[in-house]
Amino acid sequence: MSSFPRPIATTRSVTGISTGKLAVWWLIASEIVIFGGVLGSYLMHRIGHPEWASQAAHTNTVFGAVNTFVLLTSSLFAVMAHQAADQKDGKKAAKFLYLTTLGAVIFLIIKSVEWTGEIQHGFTITSHTFWSFYYTAAGIHGVHVIVGAIIMLVIANDARKGIDLQRVEAVGLYWHFVDIVWIFLFPLLYIAK
Amino acid sequence: MSADATTPHDAAHGGGHTTHHYPYVKIWGVLLVLLALSVIGPMLGHPIVTLLTAFGIAFVKAFIVIKYFMHLTVEKKYIGFLLLVMIAFMLVFVGGVSPDVMKHEGQRWVNTAAQDVVTKGLAADKAAEGHEGKHE
Amino acid sequence: MSSTATATKHEDHGHDSHGHGPDAHAHHPEQNFFMKYLWSTDHKIIGMQYLFTGMFMALIGGFTVYAFRMQQAFPGMSIPGYGRVTATDYNALVTTHGSVMIFWVAMPVLIAALGNYLIPLMIGCDDMVFPRLNRLSYQIFLVSVIVLIASFFVEGGAFGGAWTSYPPLSAKAQYNLTPLGAPMWLFAVALEFAAFLMGGINFVTTVMNSRAPGMKMFDVPIVVWSIIIASILFMASVGPLIAGAVMMLFDQTLGTAFFDPNKGGDPVLWQHLFWFFGHPEVYVVMLPAMGIVAEVIATFSRKKLFAYKTVLYTMIGTGALSFFVWAHHQFIAGIDPRMANIFSVTTLLISIPVAEMLFVYIATLYGGSIRLTTPMLWALAFIGEFLLGGVTGIFLGSSGADIYFHDTYFVLAHFHYTFFPIAFIAVFAAMTYWFPKMFGRYMNEAWGKVHFWGTIVSFNFIFIPLFLLGARGDHRRIFDYTHFPDLMKPGMQDLRILATLSLVVLLSFQVIFLVNFFLSMVKGEKAPANPWKSNTLEWVAPSPPPHGNFPEGLPTVHRGPYEYSHPDRQDDYWPQNAS
Ligand code: HEM
Ligand SMILES: [Cu+2]
Repeated sequence: MSSFPRPIATTRSVTGISTGKLAVWWLIASEIVIFGGVLGSYLMHRIGHPEWASQAAHTNTVFGAVNTFVLLTSSLFAVMAHQAADQKDGKKAAKFLYLTTLGAVIFLIIKSVEWTGEIQHGFTITSHTFWSFYYTAAGIHGVHVIVGAIIMLVIANDARKGIDLQRVEAVGLYWHFVDIVWIFLFPLLYIAK
Repeated sequence: MSADATTPHDAAHGGGHTTHHYPYVKIWGVLLVLLALSVIGPMLGHPIVTLLTAFGIAFVKAFIVIKYFMHLTVEKKYIGFLLLVMIAFMLVFVGGVSPDVMKHEGQRWVNTAAQDVVTKGLAADKAAEGHEGKHE
Repeated sequence: MSSTATATKHEDHGHDSHGHGPDAHAHHPEQNFFMKYLWSTDHKIIGMQYLFTGMFMALIGGFTVYAFRMQQAFPGMSIPGYGRVTATDYNALVTTHGSVMIFWVAMPVLIAALGNYLIPLMIGCDDMVFPRLNRLSYQIFLVSVIVLIASFFVEGGAFGGAWTSYPPLSAKAQYNLTPLGAPMWLFAVALEFAAFLMGGINFVTTVMNSRAPGMKMFDVPIVVWSIIIASILFMASVGPLIAGAVMMLFDQTLGTAFFDPNKGGDPVLWQHLFWFFGHPEVYVVMLPAMGIVAEVIATFSRKKLFAYKTVLYTMIGTGALSFFVWAHHQFIAGIDPRMANIFSVTTLLISIPVAEMLFVYIATLYGGSIRLTTPMLWALAFIGEFLLGGVTGIFLGSSGADIYFHDTYFVLAHFHYTFFPIAFIAVFAAMTYWFPKMFGRYMNEAWGKVHFWGTIVSFNFIFIPLFLLGARGDHRRIFDYTHFPDLMKPGMQDLRILATLSLVVLLSFQVIFLVNFFLSMVKGEKAPANPWKSNTLEWVAPSPPPHGNFPEGLPTVHRGPYEYSHPDRQDDYWPQNAS
């Protein structure tokens, strides 16, 4: 087997939705319940434990807000990459995807600075169950950011050469989903005090 | 996942690409204004305003991203339905669990451990506030 | 090392093949053994990998049950082939048996093996839409197997906190005494979930997008539908448990307190997270079994499946309802009694669609020209045995009765009357039915029937005694009953011994199956492409199908899958692709 021949199955599209995009929609569906499980558990505890408010008061809204800004902006780049890919402009699509990835990296840098500070102040994952949820929820989200960034780099590299442009939209969908999860994490972890 | 996505052929099979593109930068601007509102709102310190601005606006932001960035509204109907069903299952989950986990007592049962944690925690908060008060 | 190098190279080549387009399939150079069987992206090979791994895991599951049942029947005895079972061993054996049979036998065989093997063939295309993702899914699954097996040999031994892994026992090493076994078990389960999520997305996308031209929604065979619905159920229910597994892993390894009520957590939350997945999970494995039985019964009664659409809607309905019943596992776990009422009602409701499917199958049999081949015997046995499992579920679903029955052998017998038919009886039906397709040869019918009767009779002799014991209050998960005079009333130990001896008989009959299976693979009578004269598309391909499946060109579909004994036709079957 000298090359990887794409099966004919891959080229069919009975639904009219391209296969990659359809798979991403299903991926998002299964991710909804993963985040639903964490956030649901957190929410129930948070409401049942009014005393957690004094812990939540120590989170830093500025970090959270700046990171929301970063992710929203990276989402903008992702959708512009999609637009460029639709215009069959692989170079431009790649450029925007690189910018999206840059957003992911900035997000992660801000996150590490924020967490380092908090851990130095004694707010560790074991110091209180509020912080356990805080780190776990944001941590699971962070893993998605990392994975998304890596996939975007791979796809951007192909797109630059004009290969598989339809993937740009698919990865964009995933990225918007990661953004939406953060849109909800932000008030849940930072604003409700 | 996407590393395995489709061939260029696919687009042709998929009825061609007809995604309608919106003025994305303007939409992004709207999102930023909403973000600002969701930060400023809770600063007013009014519980209802906090709830509306923090969580209400999150829903609006999510809606905008879904509609304009993800183009869900022009996607096949069943995709949106699928996502809604997933969210509905999560509501069922929370609905079934919260009587046991969110509440600490019910019909002929009391979760004394959780109640203790709450009382102790609140008492500690009060003590800490008192402390700070004295220092100032 | 060299193998990895080959792999990478192969991947690289993958990228510049995009220009080939649909006819890239025409040339298939000879592949070496490694590429053909271990690094293949062919759905059939991957299906086989899952099948053989599942069969291997079934041996582990079978061996563990042998060891701990012997300990129950003959407490303190040195067991031939194992030695003395200590209390710690006992817990580890029970846990391993349960988790292996559900997560590493039922799931991989019913969903992954059959799904991979059958879906592309039955919908008439050449492979899954994401072949490399498919390969990755198996590889992750294999890693999960390795992690699980490794956990038997680490310090402290394998995890012993039951397949449900309830905290606080599972969350703290100072309670479960398996500081490494517990997290490794959890990690293995999580990897397995990841593998099946990938597989599920692949299955669903393939069936949605890559059906043969002409194959409309209601032309899809029921077994494919059932695997798809099961995959969706899995996707929709496993999320909270994945989240819960992360929380549990942090409790075990970092010392967080998600499930510790003294620090603001809640142990009941784990039970909810687990059963919100756990109950849909039983339908995840049940639906494919029901699908297999539908195929086999229609073929061997030479009759159109009765009420195709009803079966389909019933499956969807069962799947949806299964999200509303989970707390029936927790009736006496400290949940609010008012919630218990609600969950009682939903639980009793769900037995309606389950019964409906069985009725539909009986209606299919009615008036058919029935052929009692080995697969048909298995399918018929499934209906009878599963019925008992479903009926006893109704006793348990009534929360009042469950106060008594919970955690007794009655529960255990209930779910074995459901799981054994699913994971073994239906799987044997599938294996004997599709064996000619998979290997191009028949299995031996006479030995197949010996295996069938030996298995079915001994199965009932295991679990009927356990029903009786459970009704007498015999508690589950007890290492040595001689310490409990209440549970050593006259006759009780005799029933335990009867169940254990029947188990030994059942296990020894499986040797017949294994020998028949592997011998027939090389020595069996050669089978034609369509040995049972079935309609579905996999029988259009040669047996065994080559890479690419349909050398004569991919089929086009003209009708539904169950047109048997059509009045306008001379033949009593009408293949889906025949014009
Ligand atoms: C016909 C509908 C069914 C009903 C009404 C039903 C009801 C129940 C109830 C109420 C329990 C909890 C008993 C207790 O722990 O006290 C239970 C346990 C169980 N059921 Fe079913 N069930 C049904 C079908 C099934 C099926 C189809 C399967 C498997 C594929 C299954 C597998 C199990 C398992 C594994 C357990 C016990 C798990 C454990 O505690 O380790 N049930 N069932
Ligand atoms: Cu259940």
